[in-house]
Amino acid sequence: MSLADGPLALGSGGELTTRPMGVFARPGEAKGWRSWVTTVDHKRIGIMYGAAALVFFVIGGIEAMLIRLQLATPDGKLLSADLYNQVYTMHGTTMIFLVIMPLGAAFMNYLMPLQIGARDVAFPRLNALSFWVFLAGGLVLNSAWLLGGGADGGWFNYAPNNGVRFSPTHGIDFWNLGLLIAGIASLVGAVNLITTVLNMRAPGMTLMKMPVFTWMSLVVQFLLLFAVPVLTAAQFLLMFDRLFDAQFFNTQMGADPLLWEHLFWIFGHPEVYILILPTFGIVSEVIPVFARKPIFGYPFMVFSGIAIGFMGWGVWAHHMFASGVGPISVAAFSISTMFIAVPTGVKVLNWMATMWGGKLTFDAPMLYSIGLVTMFTIGGLSGVTHALAPADTQQTDTYYIVAHFHYVMFGGGLNGFIAGWYFWWPKVFGYRLGERLGKINFWILLVGFNLTFGPMHILGLQGMPRRTYTYRDGYGFNFWNFVSTVGTFIIATSMLIFFANIFLSYRKAKKEQLSVPADPWDARSLEWMVPSPTPAHNFDVIPTVSHLDEFWHRKYGEDEEGRLVRIAATEDVVQKGDGRGVHLPSPSYWPIVMAFGMPWIAYGLIYNLWFCVLGGICVVAAIYGWIMEPATDPDAGHDDHPADHDEPSDASGEAVATEEAALVD
Amino acid sequence: MTDLADTTAVGAHPGAATHDHTHVTATGISNEKVAMWAFLGSECLLFGGLISTFLLYKDRAADGPVPHELYDIAFTSISSFVLLMSSLTMVLAVSAISRGDDRALRAWLLVTALLGSIFISGQVYEFKEFLNEGLGFTTSPAGSAFFTLTGFHGVHVTIGIVMLISAALLSRSGRITQRNAEAVEIVGLYWHFVDVVWILIFTVVYLIK
Repeated sequence: MSLADGPLALGSGGELTTRPMGVFARPGEAKGWRSWVTTVDHKRIGIMYGAAALVFFVIGGIEAMLIRLQLATPDGKLLSADLYNQVYTMHGTTMIFLVIMPLGAAFMNYLMPLQIGARDVAFPRLNALSFWVFLAGGLVLNSAWLLGGGADGGWFNYAPNNGVRFSPTHGIDFWNLGLLIAGIASLVGAVNLITTVLNMRAPGMTLMKMPVFTWMSLVVQFLLLFAVPVLTAAQFLLMFDRLFDAQFFNTQMGADPLLWEHLFWIFGHPEVYILILPTFGIVSEVIPVFARKPIFGYPFMVFSGIAIGFMGWGVWAHHMFASGVGPISVAAFSISTMFIAVPTGVKVLNWMATMWGGKLTFDAPMLYSIGLVTMFTIGGLSGVTHALAPADTQQTDTYYIVAHFHYVMFGGGLNGFIAGWYFWWPKVFGYRLGERLGKINFWILLVGFNLTFGPMHILGLQGMPRRTYTYRDGYGFNFWNFVSTVGTFIIATSMLIFFANIFLSYRKAKKEQLSVPADPWDARSLEWMVPSPTPAHNFDVIPTVSHLDEFWHRKYGEDEEGRLVRIAATEDVVQKGDGRGVHLPSPSYWPIVMAFGMPWIAYGLIYNLWFCVLGGICVVAAIYGWIMEPATDPDAGHDDHPADHDEPSDASGEAVATEEAALVD
Repeated sequence: MTDLADTTAVGAHPGAATHDHTHVTATGISNEKVAMWAFLGSECLLFGGLISTFLLYKDRAADGPVPHELYDIAFTSISSFVLLMSSLTMVLAVSAISRGDDRALRAWLLVTALLGSIFISGQVYEFKEFLNEGLGFTTSPAGSAFFTLTGFHGVHVTIGIVMLISAALLSRSGRITQRNAEAVEIVGLYWHFVDVVWILIFTVVYLIK
């Protein structure tokens, strides 16, 4: 990429003109790679989040298979002890920070503005910044593989094991700085999406008329807002220790390694709910559609989500029962951990009650949703056993814990995201994923998943320690380890079927010129009211909301005897996708320019501080360029409709309210 | 904040059937202000983590001096007073722009930035004094925690000074006027937050034994 046509080529290029309000010309393309690099459209950003997460998912999945191959038989020789440490650390870190978190961000970015009847998020450019900064952080983290090896202290990197003395390579530095950068992305995203939910709702959409997914997004963003800075604080301490000889975790100087453990888990336990609540939201959208009933106990669903959000802050020390925090702490955190099972149980029961008596159809999204409810419940139950401190002391650092959190994160988290993929794929990409392959995909995944992680309960209770690169023959670990490794390959097969399904369905849709209607599932919330795939401007006319499940209530009503009757044809209710006169926020170079500077700062801290100066200049220049350009270019915004309709019609207004107050955007 | 959102959501759109060209938000508070409040909420947890670290480590001095032995309370009180006064001048700046008085706005912004700079100079002087007396960043957990906490605050003040000067320059070039006076108010929110955090740090670090 030469400077002449790269993102830094400001003010040049054929189609660009200097515009009076901006200091530099703005990108104007609507198609091609440059339009993706400069996009501020929440839908495109959501798609990019999802695509990046899938790439990282493949990387993390390969790491998982290396772990299982090493452990398939006793005295495995595939990985050395050192390499094994790096592989499991990077597997955990990748799956949590670069797969499940961005998948949540992908769904929230795409769906949340649609569900509240908005044309975009509150700060479209900040949204683009979140994505690019997240990608920069993920690349810094994974570049460790090419620059001397990954982090090797587990995804939590306990002190003092994370110090230079015990981990002399730069692996943990890459881990630390990569996650610090990704943390900036989370913080920016949280500020942006919280503002969006609070401020951008369509007329009439009060908080208690928001879909459950939007509610769970809001809770997750608040958790991110408050949890990420605690990790950031801890990571700064670690960075100062490792790179600038500070003494935060040097026990010989009297430092207390428990400080790291507390700070990490004060972040780490809310993080667990950051990972799981988005998929709770997804299945809360899917199950009512395929049960043809409204969600059971909507207020309970909302308030249990909020309760989980609050109580998630009071349970962190149950990760530390074995660290000697003292009997009073142990007792208090035991009790709070038992309590937090209550709102979670409320959710499970409400999903079951939603299905109860419904006209169930078992399309692929529904299968995965039921998969989530069942698998998560198993994980939840083994989680409650951790609340019993004596039992937990025995389970600590065994495969029982590994089994538990994979049932929650994979059986709960990933199942929900796949449900969401099958459910919203037509809305996002304009074609449906094959139903038959979807069902095959599900059953193979379910079998593979339980074969992989089910036996780990047994191994753990037999005493097999986690994070140990091999085991000897004769401990009784052989059989279940082998079963678990076989299961991993079944999961991999299932994921290959998923990718094949994407490809085959796309080819079929293209060949047979299939298109999907706006509302293929006879669904309930506002995102189904716009054509599939969603037009750039979302809504032709911002709907005025009077019900929870507004779209459903526009289609169906009740007769005198309270029976469900159709009151309007779907085609009459959905919008036509005519975006004339809609002003959209303008694309911008600055988000990616700013994100580009951040890895240089990270590499500079590790190798040579002069790189930091370069990266810093890049970031500061981007901030000032950003401030000088209005969020919505007054000369643009007419590009999304034909030239003969240059007069903005009165029927719709502007996408965001940031035009005049762009200075602080 | 959420209660407010609920009650004003409908009221903010009187009869808004299909039109949304007013720039009214569902809460009635501008996006920028909500975002700044959310960001400041996040900052509370960042400083919470660093203050906790300092409280844990303040007496773990290894072979070096304990920070407490080195404080010059009179000196730091004066610099704290200067920083607090900058909050007053910040209020005067916001008041000036809401009246549409651009010259007074720039004057008060620059006075605020100057007071902030005096505080930062005091902090630099204090750091140098501590170094001379044997308490460095790498001396002990107490030293690391002290310099990290106060240093983070100093960086926040410095960023605030840059924001104030930028706002003054933007006002000069006509980009901040009475019409978008809220931009100044939001810079002010940040500045007051940084001051409030210093009150906490001054109390916890310097005054409480």
